[in-house]
Amino acid sequence: MSRYTATTEHDLEQMLATIGVGSVQELFDRQIPAGVRLGRALALPDGMPEQDVYAHLRELAARNVSAEDEVSFLGAGMYDHYVPALIDMLMERSEFLTPYTPYQPEISQGGLQVMFEYQTAICELTGLPVSNASVYEGPSAVAAAGYLAKLHNGRGRLVVSAGMHPHSIETLCTLVHGYGMSVIEVPLVDGVTDVDAWTEAIDADTSAAMFAQPNFYGAVEDAARLSAAAREAVSSGAAANGAGGDSVAAPVIVAQVDPIALGILKPPGECGVDVAVGEGQPLGNRLDFGGPSFGLFAAREEYLRRMPGRIAGETVDVDGRRGFVLTLQTREQHIRRERATSNICTSQALNALAGVVYLAWLGRRGIVELGELLLARTHYARETLTALDGVQAMHSQPVIREFAVRLDADATAVKARCARAGVNPGVDIHALTGRESDRGGLLVAITERRTRADIDRLADVLGAAVAAEQQAVMA
Amino acid sequence: MADASYPDELLYHPEHDWARIDPEGPDPAHPEATLGITWYAQDALGEVVFFEAPAVGTLLVQGAPYAEVESVKAVSDVVAPLSGEVVAVNDALADSPQLINEDSYGEGWLVRIALSDPAERDGLLDAEAYSATLGG
Repeated sequence: MSRYTATTEHDLEQMLATIGVGSVQELFDRQIPAGVRLGRALALPDGMPEQDVYAHLRELAARNVSAEDEVSFLGAGMYDHYVPALIDMLMERSEFLTPYTPYQPEISQGGLQVMFEYQTAICELTGLPVSNASVYEGPSAVAAAGYLAKLHNGRGRLVVSAGMHPHSIETLCTLVHGYGMSVIEVPLVDGVTDVDAWTEAIDADTSAAMFAQPNFYGAVEDAARLSAAAREAVSSGAAANGAGGDSVAAPVIVAQVDPIALGILKPPGECGVDVAVGEGQPLGNRLDFGGPSFGLFAAREEYLRRMPGRIAGETVDVDGRRGFVLTLQTREQHIRRERATSNICTSQALNALAGVVYLAWLGRRGIVELGELLLARTHYARETLTALDGVQAMHSQPVIREFAVRLDADATAVKARCARAGVNPGVDIHALTGRESDRGGLLVAITERRTRADIDRLADVLGAAVAAEQQAVMA
Repeated sequence: MADASYPDELLYHPEHDWARIDPEGPDPAHPEATLGITWYAQDALGEVVFFEAPAVGTLLVQGAPYAEVESVKAVSDVVAPLSGEVVAVNDALADSPQLINEDSYGEGWLVRIALSDPAERDGLLDAEAYSATLGG
């Protein structure tokens, strides 16, 4: 019997004879209780010839409009950055594309070294000493950070800024529902987290305090101030309650960060942040209709044993040569079972490979230059758009690669008009957040692929669309 | 520790934990006891790499797990052989967890507690009875 070809009739007869069963059907009849059997054929349509299938799928695919088909200013967590051919070339190497988790280090040194280098790059970007080999994506990384805080201090409340991505907050709420924590949202004021409300919300039962940098509305938060305020909220609270000699430990401070923005922002590790998580897609991964991508997860050393995800470690073999292994596996499910640091035990190795190759391709200077380019172009875009009639900035905070405007017309209708002109002006904010205060909101993202000419065209198309929509409504 | 050993002066819990009750203590009503894991436990675990002690003041309940010992390949609950309040923890284990393997009954002690119900000692096994549970 060959391991590489399908089972033949002869193979089947031999196997059935070995186990003493007359037929495959008899195997099912003897093992599967009658009460759970479907009892009829599956309701599938007839098969189609391959040529017809191809034509059918082409027709379905043609209904999609990608960032290659229109000038797109969509963002809100995933961005249309340029992905160099170098990345595809490396990702498609079978040594990277095909292997499973590197439990056997002796045959996985290449993959493990890539993980280690990826982790190193994330530590340098975030200014935090430890990183895992990646998790699935940004929102579940936020939820995992919440679980880390729960394991660390056992408290009941998670205080989150309303500036966090709505998908992150939603994922966090879904996860904590299972273990009974509550999520308290702190509102924004003029586009950034309301520091007074933030301080007020944080108490001795707060497990973690979380914010996004930049936030969902594109604004740069004062990360150092939020971290300091979270620590003071607890220590001054303890003093006020006459806790005497007892000091209440600060909540775990979590920041969801945009890795591209870290090229020009002060790293979270230097802003008092304990755990930095984020969506890794902007690093070397295409939009791909939303995934797969990877999540980054970095933290201070004291949280190492509570971290989820795979971790690659550097060590020496029996001959004293440097090598890499998966380490601290006792955190994970296959050893710790229900007391593991996560219900997920995997990494997005291939997407993280794209991420670290992208960072190496950009280099230390390149990521700074990219950040400066985005900063300049985004401010130009905001100035140009807010000069239009019926378009106002939602806030005046510094922005890096994305900003929010409010349209004096229905955002959905305006977007439809822009689409007909081959432009996607951005994300309909209210459709994503459901917040009343976001009605008419449009989130506009700028990447290095959007030229000044593209931005000028956006201004023309958007201005015309808003004017036309206002006219249509009045008529 | 190379060879199996189960000191006679200790009391044992079937979940492979030992207790050394201190006859001289600050409070005669609540004698203190030092707790740890047996030679059998450290041998089964392999090289211990991590032990996180509970905080001083934690209340232990006889038979309930109060901490975890981690080796390279496994994580194991440490069960309290007696009930009481933690009065001291072995800080040396943070940097030298291998003491649990090397000197399970001495330098590898885990916590010290003030017993809440000293009569519980009657439910524990002596060295001979505990060895018998380990089989041949």
